[in-house]
Amino acid sequence: MTATAPAPAPGAKTDERLVKTSPLKKLMGRPELGSVVGAIAVFIFFSFVADSFLQASSLATVLYAASTHGIMAVPVALLMIGGEFDLSAGVLVTTSALVSSMFSYQMTANVWVGVGVSLLVTLAIGVFNGVMLTRTDPPSFIITLGTFLMLTGMNLGFTKMISGTVSTKSISDMEGFSSAKKIFAETITIGGVDFKVTILWWLALIAVATWILLRTRVGNWIFAVGGGEDAARAVGVPVAKTKIGLYMGVAFGAWVSGQHLLFSYDTVQSGEGVGNELIYIVAAVIGGCLITGGYGSAVGAAVGALIFGMVSKGIVYAEWNSDWFKFFLGVMLLLATLLNHWVRKRAEATK
Amino acid sequence: MARVKTGVRTVGAVLVAVLGVTAGLTGCSSTGGKRAEDARKAATAQGKAAVNTPRWTFGMVTHSGDGDTFWDIVQSGAKQAARKDNINFLYAHDDEAQQQAQLVDSYIDKKVDGIIVTLAKPDAMKGALARAKKAGIPVITVNSGSAESKDFGALTHIGQDETIAGEAVGEELNKRGKKKALCILHEQGNVGHEQRCDGAKKTFDGKIQNLYVTGTNMPDVQSSIEARLQTDKSVDAVVTLGAPFADTAVKAADSAGSKAEVDTFDLNEKVAAGLKSGDLGFAVDQQPYLQGYQAVDLLWLYKYNADVLGGGRPVLTGPQIITKDQAAELEEYAKRGTR
Repeated sequence: MTATAPAPAPGAKTDERLVKTSPLKKLMGRPELGSVVGAIAVFIFFSFVADSFLQASSLATVLYAASTHGIMAVPVALLMIGGEFDLSAGVLVTTSALVSSMFSYQMTANVWVGVGVSLLVTLAIGVFNGVMLTRTDPPSFIITLGTFLMLTGMNLGFTKMISGTVSTKSISDMEGFSSAKKIFAETITIGGVDFKVTILWWLALIAVATWILLRTRVGNWIFAVGGGEDAARAVGVPVAKTKIGLYMGVAFGAWVSGQHLLFSYDTVQSGEGVGNELIYIVAAVIGGCLITGGYGSAVGAAVGALIFGMVSKGIVYAEWNSDWFKFFLGVMLLLATLLNHWVRKRAEATK
Repeated sequence: MARVKTGVRTVGAVLVAVLGVTAGLTGCSSTGGKRAEDARKAATAQGKAAVNTPRWTFGMVTHSGDGDTFWDIVQSGAKQAARKDNINFLYAHDDEAQQQAQLVDSYIDKKVDGIIVTLAKPDAMKGALARAKKAGIPVITVNSGSAESKDFGALTHIGQDETIAGEAVGEELNKRGKKKALCILHEQGNVGHEQRCDGAKKTFDGKIQNLYVTGTNMPDVQSSIEARLQTDKSVDAVVTLGAPFADTAVKAADSAGSKAEVDTFDLNEKVAAGLKSGDLGFAVDQQPYLQGYQAVDLLWLYKYNADVLGGGRPVLTGPQIITKDQAAELEEYAKRGTR
């Protein structure tokens, strides 16, 4: 993990980065180690508590739940490694779905046109967040809270103004719908079990994000920017561009989730999405991302989303009294996080 | 920095490519969309005032959250009646009781000629209603609060009794020979939702269980229902408490390989289509359009003629059980946003 050290220590006789480390030690140092242990613990727990948890179809459901959060948790984790937050991520998903649906409907256009327009609009909102942040002084928490409120209002206001009601009109009878549905909301049957295509999107995003983080210069920039902005700027890292890029990454994730929302339910409720941004952040934190930035991984965030998915659906499989659902969810997440934290502490101690 | 420039250029190229592709598809869909809607709308005319009474102002304050389909229909009913009765109609909403009471206060300050209000959280609204009475402004309660309406000094209550609506569901489930049902609550802690499920429990001969889902997150609603149906194969009926969740429950039942029949409270375009196609068993409608329309119209009747309806008892707008037989007709009305 050389990426975490933005500035080399000159003058040292043997560079600490060149010291050989055993594969086991390397594994112990991975940020996602704790969350993987947590995920295994949650998995074993629910396999005992809930009879139907281990069925193939149940696991497909859990994976679906994990992927819908995971598609966003991965870019959100990258943003957090870069040291920033995005509170508008939850409603941006709804915005993205609303734009494609309403554009196609109002223009009576091929659905793919709306999907393309939505990508541009969503990325533009990501750029807006990034530019506002890098050009002004307030923390990302405040800036994206502003965006969150504006988007929540615009989702409702525009939908009401354009379609007259608070949900969009159905576009399922329009041209291009079925092909778009294949891409964003298809169900793939493998061995009699139905898997949702969002799982593939999720895996692809994890792969791309991991590659960017660990194998490219941009990845180094992300770690550097999150580790210490001024130091990064001093060594020539393009801080503003990196951050804008990270917000565009979140926007891209929001676009994918938004299109899934649209094409699996063909109408969109304009009030949806509020509160989901916290779940993405929770997933990233369970997955080992530091809230202060500079440390974390895409795989970890994905495992965090998996833990969230297993817990929230495991409670249903276990048929626990549903009045207590949120309580159980909170307890399980705390336990998973504590275990994760403990494992990481141990791993760092043995380094 | 050269690297950054190429990066920017790549992003630019991708955007141009996306634009190119969308432009290449050029555009138009020959089916559905706005054009089809316009064709449908061409015939419907907007009404105008049918009376020449003074232009009174009525204010309506509901406990609706942002962006709720149901309250949209209530509003469109109220607006239609307002147009006919030559009324200046104002509408405000807030899902927090305290804020809702303050909105009522502000209408009282504006000296409106009549107030329509929901009593979802009755205690918080008691003071506001007392002030309205003191100011001599007539009040009609709608939707929720049938028990408190009279005590708080309202003229009439118009709405559905949630427990009675739930009981109607239980009876309908019996009629359909169901043995085990799920009641899907999409808002934890909503009193009306609990009353519906409890009502159904009271009359249903089989077993009924509650399941909470996060209503603001559709994929979560779907995967939660799916999970429950996978774990309990004996469930043969799923009852959702809001129209937007019915279609999602159908998808969940499909992918869980469950034969459970999906039934729902409330109606919208998709529910009507689902009933027509047989995807849904039945819907319990409380006729929100009627709630808005009647409230405005009854206030007008009171101002004009001192008429009061209901004789101190709630005027019920539901439950109306809708099945396949009525679906085709109602689908058209749901499409225009009045059912």
